[in-house]
Amino acid sequence: MSLKFTADHEWINADDTAAAVVGITVHAQDALGDVVFVDLPAVGTSFAQGDVAGVVESVKAAADVYAPLSGEVTEVNEALRDDPSLANTDPLGAGWFFKMKLSDPSQLDALMDTTAYDALTQG
Amino acid sequence: MTADATPSSPLLQTPLHALHLELGARMVPFAGYAMPVQYPAGIIAEHRQCRDSAALFDVSHMGQLRLVGPDSAAALETLVPQDVLDLPAGKQRYAFFTNAAGGLLDDLMITRRADDLFLVVNAGCKDADTRHLVTEIGHRCQIVPMPDHALLALQGPKAVDALARINGGVAALTFMSGGHFALAGADCFVTRSGYTGEDGFEISVPATHAIALARTLLAQPEVGAAGLGARDTLRLEAGLCLYGHDIDTATTPVEAGLTWAMQKVRRPGGARAGGYTGQDALGAQLTQGATTRRIGLTGLERTPVREGAPLVDGHGHPVGRVTSGTVGPSVGQPIAMGYVAADHAGIGSELFAEVRGKRVPMRVTAMPFAPHRYFRG
Repeated sequence: MSLKFTADHEWINADDTAAAVVGITVHAQDALGDVVFVDLPAVGTSFAQGDVAGVVESVKAAADVYAPLSGEVTEVNEALRDDPSLANTDPLGAGWFFKMKLSDPSQLDALMDTTAYDALTQG
Repeated sequence: MTADATPSSPLLQTPLHALHLELGARMVPFAGYAMPVQYPAGIIAEHRQCRDSAALFDVSHMGQLRLVGPDSAAALETLVPQDVLDLPAGKQRYAFFTNAAGGLLDDLMITRRADDLFLVVNAGCKDADTRHLVTEIGHRCQIVPMPDHALLALQGPKAVDALARINGGVAALTFMSGGHFALAGADCFVTRSGYTGEDGFEISVPATHAIALARTLLAQPEVGAAGLGARDTLRLEAGLCLYGHDIDTATTPVEAGLTWAMQKVRRPGGARAGGYTGQDALGAQLTQGATTRRIGLTGLERTPVREGAPLVDGHGHPVGRVTSGTVGPSVGQPIAMGYVAADHAGIGSELFAEVRGKRVPMRVTAMPFAPHRYFRG
């Protein structure tokens, strides 16, 4: 599994470009604090890279979740809707947000790898 | 996900600053101070710590003042619509400074002590409050700010167990009373009050002894540190106003539902009716009622509703706005406060908050959202 990251603190696992998995990063959930609500996109919705695809809210704040790449939403994490704290406890696993069928997988090349993202968040 | 930018202007520090850093607090700017919004446990865990056991808050950013002199109570009554003259020694009272229009300049706590009146005011208002006091009543009494004192709040059902282990005398205090107690080698002034809806104490401690006292309290098995984030969710569940959000110069005590805090002796027909700034406006509103009212709201869906959200009726007509909102960790649902036209303020009324272009149904709910558990003896 190879993760890519955006400057907006989302991760995407595009091992399957027909169902690339999107979530928020460890850094993102830490900055937000206790997540209490997520607004997930409707399955079938198409987004261009950078569009607002959802919302994540902590006790203190609300933040937009952007589509890291262009594509169509194929599945959303209903378990996260029921238990938003999964975004805190397992942000890279059970706390995933949605899956997308990528319309332009070459967009992946411009995203950060783990080393570059760690440099961004620790710099 | 967009990370918030952090402003880097120089911030004041409370006497507990080093301890916050040691405890791993996340520090944020608040009212000109660097304050802990949360510790590693997180807001929800700190909130529960307070509801279930005891939580220690640093509220040293708040303003502490002494009013000294035989005329200080009568003088203060010219600025607040509260009964200060008859406040017995050792008793505390919630009060507010009003402006000429009856609007709220700040809310505060007044405790009558043997030698002075002890005031605690909001951090963001303390400079203006001090100027107001000096300008308006400085010729009648001494106004003595206390920047050399920290303020700790120990809140929760087990706060009394923890504090009484250090000085057993505090257990005799009842809600809204106070006294001097030796704690951690310092002369402290302790009141049994707070801002969480729970039993608990606020402790005015010399800044030199603040960290020692905080360490002593945190060493008690009941106690955990809690930040401003939990303080906000706790006070909102308790239905308590946050100045600058739920009340401000544009709201009056009548609109805010705070008339309970105006003793009869100061209301129209009372023995010392009026005699304070804003008496005409407030007197009229007390008689005629207000056209807008502060209300509590409970979300009927899961979407949190936050400050600034417009409130509309079932036809989409504007009826008011939200002034504070969160998901209440203890009540387990979205809760909010706001102001609406009086004819929509009835308990049980259904309204809608507009959130990101959607209408979120909410029900007008009696406050507090979480029951008060004060110790009244």
